[in-house]
Amino acid sequence: MLSPLHKQLLNNYQQDFPLSPTPYRDIADQLGVSEDEVLAAFQVLAEQQMISRIGPVIAPNAIGSSALVAMAVSDADLAWVAELVSSYPEVNHNYERENRFNLWFVLIGDNEEHLNSVIADIEARSGYPAMLLPMLADYFINLGFELNLHD
Amino acid sequence: MIDAIDFQLIAAVQAGLPIAARPYAAIAAQLALSEQDVIDRLLSLKARGLIKRWGVVVKHRQLGYRANAMIVMDIPDDRVAELGRQISQLSFVNLCYQRPRQGETWPYNLYCMIHGKSRELVMQQWAALQQSCGLSGITFEVLFSRRCFKQRGALYRQACQPRLEASHG
Repeated sequence: MLSPLHKQLLNNYQQDFPLSPTPYRDIADQLGVSEDEVLAAFQVLAEQQMISRIGPVIAPNAIGSSALVAMAVSDADLAWVAELVSSYPEVNHNYERENRFNLWFVLIGDNEEHLNSVIADIEARSGYPAMLLPMLADYFINLGFELNLHD
Repeated sequence: MIDAIDFQLIAAVQAGLPIAARPYAAIAAQLALSEQDVIDRLLSLKARGLIKRWGVVVKHRQLGYRANAMIVMDIPDDRVAELGRQISQLSFVNLCYQRPRQGETWPYNLYCMIHGKSRELVMQQWAALQQSCGLSGITFEVLFSRRCFKQRGALYRQACQPRLEASHG
């Protein structure tokens, strides 16, 4: 179960985590708890895999060249093809989805040429064609992930 | 533009800030920078929009948001920007992107993401979205996620080419 402190840490610091020498103490002061309690609570959230990290979300395509890629893989091949795709350091998200296109991943290359060469390599090694879906526009302004704390 | 030091800094913080009293000092020590220099550079990258947000990145699945739907829509090209902005306003929508159609194989040009606690709730939210945005009659598909094979921050290498102008607010 999440404590009220865990919920506040999860909800209130997705966009503006303090950029000061002592961010955890600043948070502690804002929430009226001790710095040690804040550090311990973040440790728990990290150990229980409730947070991926505290860090930056980089604007899409601000650095390098990224794309969403979809593949339609047979059920028999999905496990090893997914493992192959995840093994590339350029891939940061990789999901199975309920669709004829059942494998969806996001990758980032140094530039378009590098991106295309990684995709060509994945196609050659998996034997499946990749559908390349680069972002054309990002309409999302409301940042972070809003948790419903009332249930 | 960002310089080589900004680049090293982004690479260093991408794996996550240490959970310790002076986390920026720990990053600074790795890069032979001062703590204040690390903070100032991160503030600047954020102010310039290269860092879209700076903070806790949650794992929604672990937090009980197990129903994750990517919804793909075929929207007339002259309405996609307007509808994309309208859809983004809804509190339960987590991402909204325009992507290129792939002919008849995949005729969709607008993508949005809804993370919910159950499939039923996500489908109710999708129905509400269609109604409030006037989307009745459009062609769409709802793709719920099944297995997550990998989720982590992107790795940026030194050779990456910064392209600030390509970022869409």
